[in-house]
Amino acid sequence: MFGSLTRIIGPDMLAYILRRLIAAIPVLIGLSIIVFLIMALIPGDPATAILGAFATPENVARINQQLGLDKPLWDQYFIWVTNMLQGDFGRSYILNRPVLDEILERFSATLILAGTSLVVCSILGLLAGIVSAVRQFTWVDRVVTFFVLIGISMPSFFLGLLMIIVFAVQWRLLPPSGMFAVYGGGDLPDLIRHLILPAATLSVVATGVIARLTRAAMLEVLRQDYVRTARAKGLDERTVIYKHAFKAALVSVVPVIGIQAGFVLGGAVYIETVFQWPGIGAMLVKAISTRDILLVQGGVLVVAAAYVFFNLIADVAQALLDPRLKT
Amino acid sequence: MLKLFKGIAALTFAVVAALGFVAPATAQTPPNVLVVGQIAEPAALDPHTVTAVNDFRILMNIYDGLVRYKSGTLEVEPALATSWDISDDGTEYTFHLRDGVKFHDGTDFNAEAVKFNFDRMLKDDHPYHDTGPFPLSFFFSSISEVTAIDPLTVKFTLSEPYAPFLSNLAYPTGLIVSPAAVEQYGKDFGRHPSGTGPFKFVEWQSNARVVVERNDDYWDGAPALDAVIYRPITDANTRVAEMLSGGLDLMVEVPPDNVATFSNDPNFTVYEQAGPHLWFLILNAKDGPFANKEVRQAVNYAVNKQALVDNVLQGTATVASGPTPPAFNWAYDETLDPYPYDPDKARQMIKDAGFEGAEVTFLVTEGGSGMLDPIPMGTAIQADLEAVGLKVKIETYEWNTFLGIVNPGLEGKGDMAEMAWMTNDPDTLPFLALRTEAWPDKGGFNSGYYSNPKVDELLEAARKSTDQAERASLYKQMQEIVYDDAPWLFVANWKQNAVTTSRVKNFALQPSFLLDLRKVSKPN
Repeated sequence: MFGSLTRIIGPDMLAYILRRLIAAIPVLIGLSIIVFLIMALIPGDPATAILGAFATPENVARINQQLGLDKPLWDQYFIWVTNMLQGDFGRSYILNRPVLDEILERFSATLILAGTSLVVCSILGLLAGIVSAVRQFTWVDRVVTFFVLIGISMPSFFLGLLMIIVFAVQWRLLPPSGMFAVYGGGDLPDLIRHLILPAATLSVVATGVIARLTRAAMLEVLRQDYVRTARAKGLDERTVIYKHAFKAALVSVVPVIGIQAGFVLGGAVYIETVFQWPGIGAMLVKAISTRDILLVQGGVLVVAAAYVFFNLIADVAQALLDPRLKT
Repeated sequence: MLKLFKGIAALTFAVVAALGFVAPATAQTPPNVLVVGQIAEPAALDPHTVTAVNDFRILMNIYDGLVRYKSGTLEVEPALATSWDISDDGTEYTFHLRDGVKFHDGTDFNAEAVKFNFDRMLKDDHPYHDTGPFPLSFFFSSISEVTAIDPLTVKFTLSEPYAPFLSNLAYPTGLIVSPAAVEQYGKDFGRHPSGTGPFKFVEWQSNARVVVERNDDYWDGAPALDAVIYRPITDANTRVAEMLSGGLDLMVEVPPDNVATFSNDPNFTVYEQAGPHLWFLILNAKDGPFANKEVRQAVNYAVNKQALVDNVLQGTATVASGPTPPAFNWAYDETLDPYPYDPDKARQMIKDAGFEGAEVTFLVTEGGSGMLDPIPMGTAIQADLEAVGLKVKIETYEWNTFLGIVNPGLEGKGDMAEMAWMTNDPDTLPFLALRTEAWPDKGGFNSGYYSNPKVDELLEAARKSTDQAERASLYKQMQEIVYDDAPWLFVANWKQNAVTTSRVKNFALQPSFLLDLRKVSKPN
């Protein structure tokens, strides 16, 4: 397997990827310690969350003892790490189910939503940016810039509610929330119908960011000498723009798309709450407020690992596009 | 680039096609199936391990208790027990069980099953005690022994007389689960529930739905609905949007802002029901201005509770008069009127007590069970108190943190704190939060350190009596004293609300805040 991989990306690149993956391990360990400490330091505990108004010191102590939360902090952490390395992420205090089951379900839902949004915003953002740059200062540029600005400025949860009101409540075209219909459904068309509104909402901001950066990168590239040379050679404008300028501009846009991948994952928190999408963002919010430490730990680790992974992909893609960056 | 355009075209086409062949997207829900919009994902479907009303709304329809609340009241009537005898000293309850009842898994309901349920919760050495924790097991902490006398007779021996025992049995923590199912699933029983109730559990898809179907063999007559689907929708606006777009038949906890939308639309019916809820401010009677009874009374005069209820809560609550909610109709003292809104009197009382311009710290929470709209309510109260000469400094905390600060006592932290309770017996709140023995250092909820020996005496006596008329009289005396002592600023009693589509018939909210769907139908 490494053989074919080496053929595509070269041995140096493979070594680089491995180095980056190994470097991610201390990041994840450090992160898990920090998250664990923060969760331990903030006031309140799972027992209080379970008991609510009934949280007397006596009741809290009884529940904490049953949950194993009366042990010293480092014991708790090492028990968690030891179990995790054996694939056991523990059991959620609040949800009464294994953390791993919950996280896998939730994370795949988030990946579907965030992945779709990332594809949509990359395509739309690049297109809008190119058109805007090529037609700089024309009405097309102004219209695109206007919408891009609105996209960047509009709070996503507000946009989400607007979408629900217009498309789900007024026109009844699409379901307002959830990932699948509660009766019938459950197939791909059902998923797509539920995906459209949240994915569109989540894409808007990232589209704006990518469009702006693409426009700026394209404008810069279009001013370069080699583009003038290409034009002087008599190449037609399409070839100049797409073959010469766009490829060069992509080098500076790709890492931004990588960053947007992280943004889309993070932005999913609001969107998941508004659209009741059963993703990991909404899960983390609830887990933190109920002090469900194991669920928070597991969820943060998965999200962080995904973030590291997306950034790595973006860096590799950038290196492949720009030979100067190859190590 | 052309490829890219082709790709977009294909994607667009796919989306349009998906829209096209399944339209109309939001068809109505099918007949005889009720889709309920819940406020959150349930924690578990094991009644002994959960504490949230949200979970109880499902559980009450899967399980039965030995007794239950009579529809429309908080009074107890037979359920799995057909009758019971109470010993004269109030420490022995003997229940005669209903014959021929089976759990959904086919096993028999009998005295051994009842014993299993309470031993699992209460005995550390019970083989299935590790399927907990059981946070509300202290409701039954007065039980010293459960004895199965014969298959249809079970005796509870209490360590001391405990009058709320029957109403605690009617509470969801007293629901009876199938021992065979607990033995089979262990810690996962909460995801594979089995009871004797009107609906049988079908499936639980995490974060999407819980489905239950009609129990045709239900001992009290099979329900009219074929099935009920519970959907967790945490965001209130989204819940409203789902209701408006036809994705729900019934939604609970309608935000005050949206009640008018539904009540003005003939396609919907709005239901309201006052319940055993009290929203109040704990006043720190140990130190600071509120150690003075006149100042505590003064703030009760100073706050315009009617305006709070009308404007902030938009009519979804009523003004509270004292520590006992009117929903406990037999124990509620109807002669008490809420403290009238009288800012002039309040200002004078504060001035006379020498606290004009005194600074008080007010602990406010951002949200929480039964807390309604705590920040707007807190700022409205702040404005009213500023108007009568107090300087009010608000400190806001997230709910879990807030409980961690308030429950151990207000001393050194604040002068007043928001709080709300929903209970099932007139004993619970005052016993846990107003007695001297309930100060935080003794493990209670009396975070404001109120102490009146007469109140202690009345509450102890009421807990020991098994005669409802006698208990009622004791609670009424307690209410009068507490009203006058004003350890709290009494604010509001919440009215639970719900909205259904007009297709839903025979629905009623219960004062217990539990959801009873036995009689509900949705014929078309």
